[in-house]
Amino acid sequence: MQASDRFNINSQLEHLQAKYVGTGHADINRFEWAVNIQRDSYASYIGHYPLLSYFSIAQNESIGRQRYTFMQKMLLPCGLPPEREEE
Amino acid sequence: MASDDEIEKTQEERKKMEKQLESLTELTFDTDLYGDSDKASYFPSIPATEEEETHDAEVIPRRNFQSYTGHDVAVPINNSNDAGDNEVVTSRRIIDREDDYRRRRLNQILSPDRHDAFAAGEKTPDPSVRSYADIMRDEALKREREETIRLISKKKKEEEEAGKAAPVAEKEKSQQNQQQKRRNRWDQNQNLEEGGVKKSKTSDWDAPDSNAMTPGRWDATPTPGRVVDATPGRRNRWDETPTPGRLVDSDATPGGVTPGGVTPGGATWDATPKLSGGITPTPKRQRSRWDETPATMGSVTPLPGATPAAAYTPGVTPVGGVELATPTPGALQGSFTPEQYNLLRWERDIEERNRPLTDEELDAMFPQEGYKVLDPPASYVPIRTPARKLLATPTPLGTPLYQIPEENRGQQFDVPKEAPGGLPFMKPEDYQYFGALLNEENEEELSPDEQKERKIMKLLLKVKNGTPPQRKTALRQLTDKAREFGAGPLFNRILPLLMQPTLEDQERHLLVKVIDRVLYKLDELVRPYVHKILVVIEPLLIDEDYYARVEGREIISNLSKAAGLATMIAAMRPDIDNIDEYVRNTTARAFSVVASALGIPALLPFLKAVCQSKKSWQARHTGIKIVQQIAILIGCAVLPHLRSLVEIIEHGLNDENQKVRTITALSLAALAEAAAPYGIESFDSVLKPLWKGIRQHRGKVLAAFLKAIGFIIPLMEALYASYYTKEVMLILIREFQSPDEEMKKIVLKVVKQCVSTEGVEAEYIRTDILPEFFRNFWVRRMALDRRNYKQLVETTVEIANKVGVADIVGRIVEDLKDESEPYRRMVMETIEKVVTNLGSSDIDARLEELLIDGILYAFQEQTSDDANVMLNGFGAVVNSLGQRVKPYLPQICGTIKWRLNNKSAKVRQQAADLISRIAVVMKQCHEEQLMGHLGVVLYEYLGEEYPEVLGSILGALKSIVNVIGMTKMTPPIKDLLPRLTPILKNRHEKVQENCIDLVGRIADRGAEFVPAREWMRICFELLEMLKAHKKGIRRATVNTFGYIAKAIGPQDVLATLLNNLKVQERQNRVCTTVAIAIVAETCSPFTVLPALMNEYRVPELNVQNGVLKSLSFLFEYIGEMGKDYIYAVTPLLEDALMDRDLVHRQTAASAVKHMALGVAGLGCEDALVHLLNYVWPNIFETSPHVINAVMEAIEGMRVALGSAVVLNYCLQGLFHPARKVREVYWKIYNSLYIGAQDALVAAYPSLEDEHNNVYSRSELMIWRSMKRVQSFPSHMLPVGRFHKFGRFKHHNCWSSEISVQNFPSNTCPLSNLVIIISLDSEFIGFPCIPLFSKFTFGLQCGLGDEFRCCSTHPYKGPAFKMEKKVELSGNFLAADIR
Repeated sequence: MQASDRFNINSQLEHLQAKYVGTGHADINRFEWAVNIQRDSYASYIGHYPLLSYFSIAQNESIGRQRYTFMQKMLLPCGLPPEREEE
Repeated sequence: MASDDEIEKTQEERKKMEKQLESLTELTFDTDLYGDSDKASYFPSIPATEEEETHDAEVIPRRNFQSYTGHDVAVPINNSNDAGDNEVVTSRRIIDREDDYRRRRLNQILSPDRHDAFAAGEKTPDPSVRSYADIMRDEALKREREETIRLISKKKKEEEEAGKAAPVAEKEKSQQNQQQKRRNRWDQNQNLEEGGVKKSKTSDWDAPDSNAMTPGRWDATPTPGRVVDATPGRRNRWDETPTPGRLVDSDATPGGVTPGGVTPGGATWDATPKLSGGITPTPKRQRSRWDETPATMGSVTPLPGATPAAAYTPGVTPVGGVELATPTPGALQGSFTPEQYNLLRWERDIEERNRPLTDEELDAMFPQEGYKVLDPPASYVPIRTPARKLLATPTPLGTPLYQIPEENRGQQFDVPKEAPGGLPFMKPEDYQYFGALLNEENEEELSPDEQKERKIMKLLLKVKNGTPPQRKTALRQLTDKAREFGAGPLFNRILPLLMQPTLEDQERHLLVKVIDRVLYKLDELVRPYVHKILVVIEPLLIDEDYYARVEGREIISNLSKAAGLATMIAAMRPDIDNIDEYVRNTTARAFSVVASALGIPALLPFLKAVCQSKKSWQARHTGIKIVQQIAILIGCAVLPHLRSLVEIIEHGLNDENQKVRTITALSLAALAEAAAPYGIESFDSVLKPLWKGIRQHRGKVLAAFLKAIGFIIPLMEALYASYYTKEVMLILIREFQSPDEEMKKIVLKVVKQCVSTEGVEAEYIRTDILPEFFRNFWVRRMALDRRNYKQLVETTVEIANKVGVADIVGRIVEDLKDESEPYRRMVMETIEKVVTNLGSSDIDARLEELLIDGILYAFQEQTSDDANVMLNGFGAVVNSLGQRVKPYLPQICGTIKWRLNNKSAKVRQQAADLISRIAVVMKQCHEEQLMGHLGVVLYEYLGEEYPEVLGSILGALKSIVNVIGMTKMTPPIKDLLPRLTPILKNRHEKVQENCIDLVGRIADRGAEFVPAREWMRICFELLEMLKAHKKGIRRATVNTFGYIAKAIGPQDVLATLLNNLKVQERQNRVCTTVAIAIVAETCSPFTVLPALMNEYRVPELNVQNGVLKSLSFLFEYIGEMGKDYIYAVTPLLEDALMDRDLVHRQTAASAVKHMALGVAGLGCEDALVHLLNYVWPNIFETSPHVINAVMEAIEGMRVALGSAVVLNYCLQGLFHPARKVREVYWKIYNSLYIGAQDALVAAYPSLEDEHNNVYSRSELMIWRSMKRVQSFPSHMLPVGRFHKFGRFKHHNCWSSEISVQNFPSNTCPLSNLVIIISLDSEFIGFPCIPLFSKFTFGLQCGLGDEFRCCSTHPYKGPAFKMEKKVELSGNFLAADIR
């Protein structure tokens, strides 16, 4: 850990990760980041009512169903995690 | 003081009376029935709060050195003159601050390992380990033995009594002794030698109702193994010297141990006081008796072999053991206690220093001739003072036989051997535990087990005595290898260390930490050791030190989680009815911790069984006490289980044993306190027994019952509360007269609680309570004890809240003229609180007169140091009376004036302080003339030489100026201020603070009364004030700069301040920069900025940094106003952000932060983006202050520019091949994410799908055809560079092509909804990031870019070189725009 990190929020990186799931780190891979992005996006769509109604108009779905779909998509937004390549 | 004398006299008289009574009643009662106790063994007072009081630091004065421990070499010196007893240096050792009760922890024995039923399963337990049944059997045996011993002793005593009964005449003679016998051990010894009966000092809790009704001594004799010392009172240090072999050899024969001071003739260790010379009467002790060690606590040695019976046979001289022989060097190893070692070392040292001078030394000192050397007379024998030889053999039985000392090469001479292998220094006390490490044996030859032991010992030694890094690694190793070492070897090493008598706080903390860590690792393996651990950890629960208590709780909680409830109960059950009160007490506390760790419901069935135990009252007592401790520990969390807890203990109120009844009531009180204000319905079942109880009981039990009622009444509804209050009030009023202090406190508290409940009416209080209350409590004696005083004031204030001001104040106002000062102070404090709470509208004219008269009298008569009570009281009364004070003001002011002229400095100071308190009221009363007059008087006293007084006078002047204003002030401001200028030089803090406040006030409100030249003079003085230590003074000073600048214009002030930037002191410069910023704020920035920016051209580091810092403060203060100045200072900041000096960049970055935060949303984005481009390359800085400033600047930019822009800066490095780069970029990303996560959704890059994984956000493409997004021209792709890094691929991140193609934010479908920046601003450079050089890129800002990195870059300007500024041609923009 750098000396500078002792004073700021990154000093408790693990704690930070636990508190804010979407935060990243130097060893994150494409998949993990993408999952975070997707989940954040869905959460945001659900959270902003105008966006939700925008999507439901586009899909011709009820707002409730649209919300449900988004929530379901948050489970595995990018599919199963890829197998890790070995060293 | 007169009253004190009086009280002392009365006390003396009472004592005399008691003495007479004693002599009369002595032996008149039947000893068979009443035991042989006498009045002295009764309690003089009845505290009803049990030993939780022992934690109250106020109650128990620290009793360091009450009993000396023999091994501390410093002590004998101190001891020799008892007068200087108080000024001993405080020691860090735990034992030195413990009282005797707490010291009982050392009597506990680390019990052998126990059977772990879980691990063993169905198997029959190994006969070598002890099972639950074994322990219970042992405990029963112990109890039985105790009983027998008690009977024997009782019989003996009776015999002695009978023998003594004859010479009644002797009684008169020994009266004196009896009077003091509780205190003075010397008298006791006389008593003893006369064959008199030992009267035990005071009894323990157990005493009064233990079956045999003998006084506490035997009852409290805890373990049979204890050797009883018969000397109560203050112990002599020799008592503490452990008999040799004490800690070392638990199998020592009883003969080897000299039991206590009871062996009169024998010159044993304990008897040495004769040698020590300084026999002085023991000072009286003020102590609550709960922590009192029962008289038996002398030189307790946990020696199972020695029976107390032996101790009670004074005639038998114990056979001097081998241990008492001269410690021959050969015997030093092993069986040598640390204390002895210390003594020996000390003696050697003294001998060494005082050895006779040799002839050679004398030759060297004296001149060669001029004198004659005489031969010593033939009869001369060198003195060998035995007294000097501390360790001279106390040979009670003649010379021991000579033994050929065993040769030991590992022997230590006076220099402790260097510990091998980089081990930390070992204290002499540690040899006992770590001595084995000093034997330089070949490690390979040891068996694996021995090696392991050695390893553990080494690690522990490092933890205990090592340097912090050593400690850290050792602790980690112990933790990591805990399971490998095994629970047994670990705890067998750690726990004895914790029992070491010379342990220090820090060492204990470290060892406890080791246990904690190890516990975590060992988990269920600790089971066999649970009891051992508890023995050493439980004492922490009653430690004085809060943190020790918390630590103890944590360990026990972890232990119970690791071992499980069943094991914990099995381990602690036998201790619940242990004969030793100490053990029961700590066990109860430990149980409460277990309950809070594992949940109350889990423990309830067990508690229920214990509380109903038929076998012994101790078990019931402890069980109920556990409930009390649970309530205290977990507070309102008892609520869900309240009813069951109350049900478990309620039968205790009718228990046959008085102590059980008491503790039950106390537990109910604790439960009610914890549950307040809820849960009254749970207490329904105990109301009746409680209220019945208060009619039946007296003394201690009654106090406990009242306490419980006091806590239950506030939970009730108004109607019931009123009813029950009336019921209890009869008893309370009766107890008002109780002489017992503890009872008084409880009664006061209960009255307060009853009175404050809703249903109790004022009228009832007025008629039924007040007369008795005032008659009994408002007496001088109550003011003498701090706790009584506080409680009485609180209660009276509470009553006043109900019955109003007039009633209360009317009753006590006369007492303001009482002759006892503490009493007057108590009255004043009460009046102050009452009047502040309730105002003074109830006070009629007559009372008002009395009141003012009283406070004036009390104010004038005060002599004590603490003047605050009187001042506050005076201030409160005058302020609340307001205009009604007008008629009295001349009198008050007369007093003040007279007292301002007093000889005593304190009186003058109080008078001045009083002016500042009443100035506002004087204004309300329109007494401006009077104030002006006071102003002149104060002005005349400005020559005051005592700084404290001068400070108060300045404060008084300030308050007058504040209320009457600048124009009406007399003396006029133009006279006043020049008089203040020299006072500014005064270095006393109080003077400085008041003076600068006054000057600042004048500068703020009345600057025009004083010529500008005077203000400039003051400015120079103010610069000196910036050095002040107190922040308040510095703050007032910089503010004053602002006022002065406003009054006389900023130019001159600014010039002064800018010059001051050149000084060396950092604090001075920092304050100057703040002052500049304040001047800029008060006089608008444009008056200051030109001069300030011009100053930046001075080629001096401090000045430039000062300017930057001023800018930073300036933009912080002016906030939004900054939008007009941001373009003006940008070039300066550009330069600063490119400076070589770190501090330049740091300070500039913080200026940028404040700027960005100030102008957010005001349309300055272009300048900010430009500045961000300069800030960004600094993200790789490592110096903490710089990187913090840079990160904060970026955060500021996030606020001002939006997170999308910063994200675009960020994206390029998130998946950079170099980890160092990635780390920094993710750090920025994280703070961005935490700051504005939602806003990022619109700006995330679109990722390309991969195999089975869909990364694109398809919903966003709903209205678009899924066209391929625009990609960058191929010449911008730094493909080659990226592929050089081998690690890139396996990180499963993007290949360079993908990453770059996907970056541009304008490909994000939402971007045109949210971000506007990306349409016309193209990314002009892309990351060909050379690892360790600076670089920059990002949004095109059109103002230049100095950080391009290589010549293949699309940037067509001149090549960039590190640390060199680039000159740009006039058409440099053309190069960037294709």
